[in-house]
Amino acid sequence: MKHYLVALTLALAPPGAALAEEVAEALGDAENGAKVFRKCTGCHQVGPGASNRAGPHLNGIFGRRAGSIEGFDYSDAMDRAFGDGLVWEYDQLDAYIENPRALVSGTRMSFRGIKDPQDRHDVLAYLREFTANPQDIPESAPTALKREVELSPDVLAIVGDPEYGEYLASECLTCHQSDGGDAGIPSITRWVEEDFVVAMHAYKQKLRPHPVMQMMAGRLSDEEIAALAAYFADLE
Amino acid sequence: MKLNRRAFIGTATAAATLSAPMLNAQGKPRVVVVGGGAGGATAARYIAKDSDGAIDVTLIEPSRTYYTCFFSNLYIGGFRDLQSIAHNYAKLASDYGINVVHDWATGVDRDAKTVALAGGGSVPYDRLILSPGIDFVEGAVPGWDLSAQTAMPHAYKAGTQTALLKSQIEAMPEGGTFVMVAPPNPYRCPPGPYERISMVAHVLRDRNPTAKIIIADPKANFSKQGLFEEGWNKHYSGMITRIGPDFGGENVSVNAATMEVDVDGEVIKADVCNVIPVQKAGHICEAAGLTEGNWAPVDGHTMVSRMDENIHILGDATNQGDMPKSGFSANSQAKVAAMAVRGALTGSRVFPAKFSNTCWSLIDTDDGVKVGASYEATDEKIAKTDGFVSQTGEDAALRKATYEESIGWYEGITSDMFG
Ligand SMILES: Cc1cc2nc3c(=O)[nH]c(=O)nc-3n(C[C@H](O)[C@H](O)[C@H](O)COP(=O)(O)OP(=O)(O)OC[C@H]3O[C@@H](n4cnc5c(N)ncnc54)[C@H](O)[C@@H]3O)c2cc1C
Repeated sequence: MKHYLVALTLALAPPGAALAEEVAEALGDAENGAKVFRKCTGCHQVGPGASNRAGPHLNGIFGRRAGSIEGFDYSDAMDRAFGDGLVWEYDQLDAYIENPRALVSGTRMSFRGIKDPQDRHDVLAYLREFTANPQDIPESAPTALKREVELSPDVLAIVGDPEYGEYLASECLTCHQSDGGDAGIPSITRWVEEDFVVAMHAYKQKLRPHPVMQMMAGRLSDEEIAALAAYFADLE
Repeated sequence: MKLNRRAFIGTATAAATLSAPMLNAQGKPRVVVVGGGAGGATAARYIAKDSDGAIDVTLIEPSRTYYTCFFSNLYIGGFRDLQSIAHNYAKLASDYGINVVHDWATGVDRDAKTVALAGGGSVPYDRLILSPGIDFVEGAVPGWDLSAQTAMPHAYKAGTQTALLKSQIEAMPEGGTFVMVAPPNPYRCPPGPYERISMVAHVLRDRNPTAKIIIADPKANFSKQGLFEEGWNKHYSGMITRIGPDFGGENVSVNAATMEVDVDGEVIKADVCNVIPVQKAGHICEAAGLTEGNWAPVDGHTMVSRMDENIHILGDATNQGDMPKSGFSANSQAKVAAMAVRGALTGSRVFPAKFSNTCWSLIDTDDGVKVGASYEATDEKIAKTDGFVSQTGEDAALRKATYEESIGWYEGITSDMFG
């Protein structure tokens, strides 16, 4: 498998005492965030009077359910994320802007993603200013904390065993159609290997909301995820 | 005739090579699969597909059309037509080279390693896979046996029975009474009876809103109970009464001639009576001497019978541990068995068994719920490792997404079974 770096954030239970300190440290630089946000303004507006453009407006994005703005024409994938109950909390937003497809595979947001963790952190600090429950209000727990764990390069460098992947994949095919049909359940054929690994880790870490997939991915080891990715990558 | 020739060659070779896989004229080991349902069709397809022609696969199944029990309740509810749950074996034969034999297996000669067919002749095997589903324990509900199944259908094997039950429901007199005699554990599809009740209520609410639905149930609790009861209150308020064991739900007898159901001494006159009897492994398991009590015990690592190392048993017929008897489970077990059988016959790699199951149920239009779990094999049993269930009070969008997901699953599993 190719080497690449994904900073997938992992929501760990915060140890109580260290919390306040970390919150203070974790605010992020909204000023830099405003600059980073220029990458997004082609499609998204935020602030007073913001309206929907190619992308939905981002006022109140923290805590908003994915795909929930009335009248906005979302992709099927984002509609599905809505159905699954995806909510834009810090970790979800962070994973999404890092690599949109990691979280919502068929999203219409054709954006490479922001690879620099500090830039993401800062742009989220900026967006937070337009959400009613910013992190510096103590009781606004959901958006407050960020504990980042990177998938280590070792994990990402694991060379998957495609034969093992083939056996493991048989379990996927009970629900996901092998011919790529995607009524009700998304297609998993012809995925880019990277996207596959990232998506599976996102389920495993419960960033993606679907309970069946959280369970399926939750019991896969890093080797098994690599094996599956290798198998699906080779699939014609 | 093809079969006789095989039978002849098989027997001749069996004498020569006792423990090594028998080889037929083309030098291939032979797998025979009995039962072309969720377990059997999947196993046959995976062995044929993954062995690339190195294994000779024969599938014995009497019916030319397989009606899935899964989604048969949705047919009763008017969400699917009968044709949409009908499948055939054409692709398994043409695309995967499986010999599909439409006949009943009547017995297994475990020493000679042959399966006898009702139509005469026998088929030799190196490995045998049995996935015959369930049969009913007659007399377990006093007054009910198979001769009563027209008056009081079970509709627990899909097809004509399901169509019969549906037409009886639709023909109920205004304000009539539908009675279900629910089965004790273990039985095929734990939420199945309660999904059926939901679908019957869905039909009656529109066609016959003063009709009553009564469930006589020997179980104190049932699968997804909180979700079903919430849904019944919400969608079918006042229509459904369940008589649990505290009120005599386990003390039931029926009279098919008078259409009476006696629940703990109280006689109910039914317009439609759906008796879901006590169940046991498909008869062939018992005929082959592979059962203990009502079910066939297996080792979860490979789904091999605990009584015969050359026979694997799948699905509803087995006693394996924690997995519910479902199509999803049978399909999952079939893949483990297929891998083990290929490993034994061709030396292909064998990985640790993994199993999973999810059962979706529809309560009303766009109101779907699900329950699922993952499992692994231990030496004693297939043991549950993790699980989830839909929550009460979920919003409409999530319930709709869950229902849509079940439609995707149906497409997925049926193409995984039949190609
Ligand atoms: C109302 C209802 C709803 C259900 N809903 C779901 C659901 O939503 N999801 C789910 O996962 N499961 C569901 N199930 C359960 C599911 O249908 C079964 O668990 C599944 O079919 C079991 O697979 P099997 O291979 O063991 O048996 P079956 O699928 O029943 O296959 C057995 C086959 O063997 C054949 N056979 C039997 N004896 C012989 C013999 N002697 N010789 C040759 N062939 C033989 C039969 O003709 C049959 O085709 C439902 C069941 C019911 C009744």
